Amino acid sequence: MEEKKKIMLAHGGGGRLMADLINRTIVPKFGEGQSVQLTDSAVLDMPAGKLCFTTDSFVVKPLFFNGGDIGKLAVCGTVNDLAVAGAKPVALSLSLILEEGLELEVLERILESIGRTAKNANVPIVTGDTKVVEKGSADSIFINTSGVGVRLDKADPSFARIEPGDAILINGTLGEHGMTIMSQREGLKFQTPLASDCACLHDLTGILYEELGSSVKFMRDPTRGGIAATLNEIAQSARVAVELQEACLPMDKTVQTAADMLGFDLLNIANEGKVLAVVAREDADKALTLWKNHPLGQKAAIIGTITEAADGPLVELVTKIGGRRMVQTPYGRELPRIC
Amino acid sequence: MLERIEKARKAIAGACRKVDKPIQVMEVCGTHTVAIFRHGIRSLLPKNLKLLSGPGCPVCVTDQGYIDVILELAQRDDVILATYGDMMRVPGKAGSLESLHRSTIKVVLSTDDALTLAQKHPDKIVVFAAVGFETTTPPSAVAVADAAKEGVKNFCILSGHKLVVPAMQALLGAKNDKIDAFLCPGHVSVILGSDAYKPVVEQFKRPCVVAGFEAVQILEGLANICEQVAEGTARVDSIYGAAVTPQGNATARKIIAEAFEPCDGAWRGLGVIPGATLRLKEKYSRFDALKRFGMEEIPAEELGGCQCGRVLCGLIDPPQCPLFGRTCTPDAPIGPCMVSTEGACSAWYKYGK
Repeated sequence: MEEKKKIMLAHGGGGRLMADLINRTIVPKFGEGQSVQLTDSAVLDMPAGKLCFTTDSFVVKPLFFNGGDIGKLAVCGTVNDLAVAGAKPVALSLSLILEEGLELEVLERILESIGRTAKNANVPIVTGDTKVVEKGSADSIFINTSGVGVRLDKADPSFARIEPGDAILINGTLGEHGMTIMSQREGLKFQTPLASDCACLHDLTGILYEELGSSVKFMRDPTRGGIAATLNEIAQSARVAVELQEACLPMDKTVQTAADMLGFDLLNIANEGKVLAVVAREDADKALTLWKNHPLGQKAAIIGTITEAADGPLVELVTKIGGRRMVQTPYGRELPRIC
Repeated sequence: MLERIEKARKAIAGACRKVDKPIQVMEVCGTHTVAIFRHGIRSLLPKNLKLLSGPGCPVCVTDQGYIDVILELAQRDDVILATYGDMMRVPGKAGSLESLHRSTIKVVLSTDDALTLAQKHPDKIVVFAAVGFETTTPPSAVAVADAAKEGVKNFCILSGHKLVVPAMQALLGAKNDKIDAFLCPGHVSVILGSDAYKPVVEQFKRPCVVAGFEAVQILEGLANICEQVAEGTARVDSIYGAAVTPQGNATARKIIAEAFEPCDGAWRGLGVIPGATLRLKEKYSRFDALKRFGMEEIPAEELGGCQCGRVLCGLIDPPQCPLFGRTCTPDAPIGPCMVSTEGACSAWYKYGK
C-alpha cells in the first residue's frame, strides 16, 4: 500500500519543498483569476472610507465536522468580524501552522474549503504564510486569518448608541455550531443529524446597515460563550440591561434535545453563522423582514429589548411560563453533567 | 399548557394561603434545582413557600475524601482516569482534575466509553470515577460485568455510588426536621418506583411527590405538595406517570444488586449514613480501585469554611454562606455545590439576582 504523503519539517524550511507546497498545493486552491502576487506584502486598491482590520485564529477539533471544517471557519470567522463592524470585507490573509506528519490530503481538503468559501464570499486571499512545527508542537493544523474591509457609509455601530427601548434581533436558531462540535468530538460522540451553522454573514449584516443606516446601533456574532456572553458584554459596555423573551428565542428541536441531554444551556453555546443586532425600536420590524427574506435569516426573530440598568447592567430572561431569571456570562468550558 | 400552569399556580396560592406558616419543600434532585431556576419558577411562588435544594447532585454529595482519592489516582503514571464531566472542577487538596492538566484524565459520557478506553490502552489502568445515584449505578454495574465477561484486566471503578431514600431518611432524622415535604427526583424514581418513598412518608409523615422536569410538571408537583400540607395529609404521589410506575424498573435494580451491595459511607454534609453508599461485591473485587491500589477505605473529610454541607441539608440558602459570590464563584469554586451545573450554589449564582 502506498504511504500517504505527509507534511515534513522541510516543507517549512524555505527551500524547494516549501516553494513546491506553496506554488502547487496552496496557491492553486484559491481559484483562477485571483491575482496572487507572491510578494512580501499584498498591495490593495482600497475604496475610500474607514478601514476595518481584524484577526482571528482557528484551532478547532475535529478538523472536519457536519456543516463545515476548520478552513471554512477560518474564512467565515474573520469575514464575520468585519461584517458586524459594518465593513464590506476587501481582502484576507491566511497563515498556516502545520504539524509535522499532517497528511497532505487533509491539508488539501482544508485549502479547497478555504478557497471555495472565500470565492463564494467574494473576498480574495491576498497574502499568507506557512510554518511547519515538530510533531507534538501543534495539533495537526492551526490557522490564522486577518482581514481588512471598508466600513459602509451608513454604518455607525457603537456601544455608546445603544439605549433603552432598542430591540434585539437574531438571524436564526441557537447553538448549532457548538453542539455539532461537541457531538463529534472524541469521547462525546452521540448519533445526531446536527450541522454547524458556519456561514459568512457580510451580506446579511450589509443589508441591515444599507437599508436602516444609523437605526442599527450595534451588531456582534455570538460565537464562543453564545448569546449569553455577547448580551452580557453589551449590557456591561453600554451600561444597560437586557430583557430576553424565552418564548421568542429560535430553537431547533434536535439541538435543544442534545443540549438538554448534556445539561447545557443553549444561550451559552457557540454559533458561527449567527449575528445579534441591536436596532432602534421603530425600525425593528423592518429589520426583521429584511432578514427573514434573506437565506441566512429565515428563522430570524426579535428576541428581546434593551432596558434601563436599574439594578445594574444585567441580562434577564422572561421564561415561557412568565418567570424571570438571570443570564450570566458562562465560565468558558461546558462540561456534560452526570445524569 | 399555559392553562395547566395557571391552574397549578392558583392551587399553590390557594393552599399556601390556608397555611399560616412557611412551607419548606426540598427538591431532592439537582436537575430539579436547575430546572426550577431556569424556568424562573421561584419568582412565581407565594412568599411563604420556600424551596430548599437537597442532596441530589451527585458531585455535591460526594465526600471530600473521595475527591482526594481520585486526584491521587489521577496523578499516577500508570492510570487513565475516566470521569463524568461535572467532576472535573471539584477542588481537593491537590487542586482539581482540570487543574492537573493531564492528558490521561478523560471526560466520558458513558461507562462504555471508559471501558473502551481500557481496551485501547492496555498498558494503562483505567479508573472510572463511579459517582451518582440509582440512575448512574446500573451503567457502572454493566461496565464491571462486561469487563469481567470480556476479560478486561486493566479496568476498575472507584465506587462513590449512593442511594437516595436512606439519605432522605437520615436528613429528616438527624439534620433538618423543618423540611415539610419532598419533591422527589424524576430520573431516580424511574428506577426506584414511587413506592420507594413510602418508608419516608410512613416514618416521618411528610408528603413525597414525584415530578418530571418541565415547568408544568414541577408546578403541578408543588401544587400537590402544598395541598397535602394544607390538608395535613402525607402520601406518596406521582405526577410523572408517563415515566414513573409505583414499582419502578426491577431489571435495573437487579443489575445494581448483581454487582453492588450497600455499605456505610460518607456523604458531604450528612456525614456517614449507614447503608446509603454502594461498594462492589466480593466477586468483582478485582475491579474495585481501592483494592487494586491497596488503598484503605475512603476517609471522611470536610472542607474548612465551605458551607456546602449545610446547603445540601437545606439549613441555609447558598447566599448565606460567607464564601458565596466572594471567594467562591463558578470561575473559582471552593465547594462542589458551586462547581456542578446541578449544584445549588452554582444555580443560585447563575440564575439568581
